Amino acid sequence: MSTDQGQRTIRCLVAKVGLDGHDRGAHVIARAFRDAGFEVIYSGLHRSPDEVVQAAVQEDVDVIGISILSGAHNTLVPKILDGLDEYGALSDTLVIVGGIIPEDDRPALREAGVSEIFGPGASMDETVEFVRRNAPERE
Amino acid sequence: MNDANRDLLDDLLAGEHRALARVISKIEDRSPGYRDLVSALHEHTGDADVVGITGSPGAGKSTLVDKLAKHYRDEGLTVGVIAIDPSSPFTGGSVLGDRIRMASNVGDMDVFFRSMSARGSLGGLSTATADAVKALDAFGKDVVLVETVGAGQNEIDIVKAADTVAVLVPPGSGDDIQMLKAGILEIGDVFVVNKADMPGADRTVQELREMIHTRGDYTETGHHGDDALQVVEPDLAEEDGWEPQLVETVAKSGEGVPELVEVLADHVEYLEASGTREERARQRYAEEIRTLLREDTNRLLAREIDRRGGLEAFVDAVVARESDPYTVADDLVDPLAECLAEGSN
Repeated sequence: MSTDQGQRTIRCLVAKVGLDGHDRGAHVIARAFRDAGFEVIYSGLHRSPDEVVQAAVQEDVDVIGISILSGAHNTLVPKILDGLDEYGALSDTLVIVGGIIPEDDRPALREAGVSEIFGPGASMDETVEFVRRNAPERE
Repeated sequence: MNDANRDLLDDLLAGEHRALARVISKIEDRSPGYRDLVSALHEHTGDADVVGITGSPGAGKSTLVDKLAKHYRDEGLTVGVIAIDPSSPFTGGSVLGDRIRMASNVGDMDVFFRSMSARGSLGGLSTATADAVKALDAFGKDVVLVETVGAGQNEIDIVKAADTVAVLVPPGSGDDIQMLKAGILEIGDVFVVNKADMPGADRTVQELREMIHTRGDYTETGHHGDDALQVVEPDLAEEDGWEPQLVETVAKSGEGVPELVEVLADHVEYLEASGTREERARQRYAEEIRTLLREDTNRLLAREIDRRGGLEAFVDAVVARESDPYTVADDLVDPLAECLAEGSN
């Protein structure tokens, strides 16, 4: 039957990785994404990069939002990107990072495959819009 | 089936996690060609034991599912989990939060945990869930756990996807009248009083016991028809096969989980030995065919309504008393009936 198409729902993983124990920002973004009509999977605190990759692959998310305040982004984020690549999932997953990321560290993260970085003060609407515009097209 | 889906199916059957994940997405999205995919999965299904876990919000379903998955993994079995969470009726968005509680199985890809949103429609949910179970089954999972949304007492749909239904009842979840209410308590093969270390647990266990004990009575009188006055023999329930079992657990600490696994295994054994498994599967397929037919004919009719200028025009006619709903329905269905009548000649 030719009529079997539904609508695509954007699925996001909001992930806290590493040791930092503050997830208020992650909760706020999870809620903003929910209100935007996305399906949000929240990872919970203190996840290892492997766990984040496992969740992203199993849940087949379009978007991963990594929230990180601890300063360990230069080690943790590339590990996640590598893991995604291993499963062939990097090319069609949008990776964004939120939190405290010094200006100097940003080019390397982008180079590694992060699409956008949202620091303190980034507006929710802006973030939601970015995801809407850049969520990967899938057949 | 198109080439992309054929590849996807091959990858799934070869054990690739990403292909499994993608197939489930296609099922959820009802993306083009998903029906062909599910059709092709069917011949590879039938080996997994499917357990439905239901119960009120906060009963501890996720935590128990985590511990169950861990137990099965320790026995060397592979596990699939589908956890369903509610979606917003306003935006369609949702936060799928059950994954957080899968702490015992982190880093173990052989527990494939997938969150599903109810996506607004309950009927659609049961179809998508059943199809996702098929994907996990075809992938080769030994046990598939389906955790329901837990939004109310009316979660009978779970029965359509599961071989065994476990109903979680937290202590102090209402008086004995709650136990008499129709619905969720009638679908349980196994009752789990979780958080059994909490005050009031004993009373809940006792009330459930009583409810289980008297459960057979209602159904038996139905069978007797004219002889409804005849006293129901006490051993009828056993003759009937499976008496619902009651297990106490403390999911957080894992207490009672081995006992629960044993009872679930007993139920599977009973299903096999009594032929009930086959009977349930038949009922499930019959229901599935009915659901698909309803959806498909609905869609055909919706298209026909569009072709004739939309539903509003019909409503106008009804409001103006020029027509009535029955006439409109007959009018729309008649051509379909004619076609089918022609086909049968």
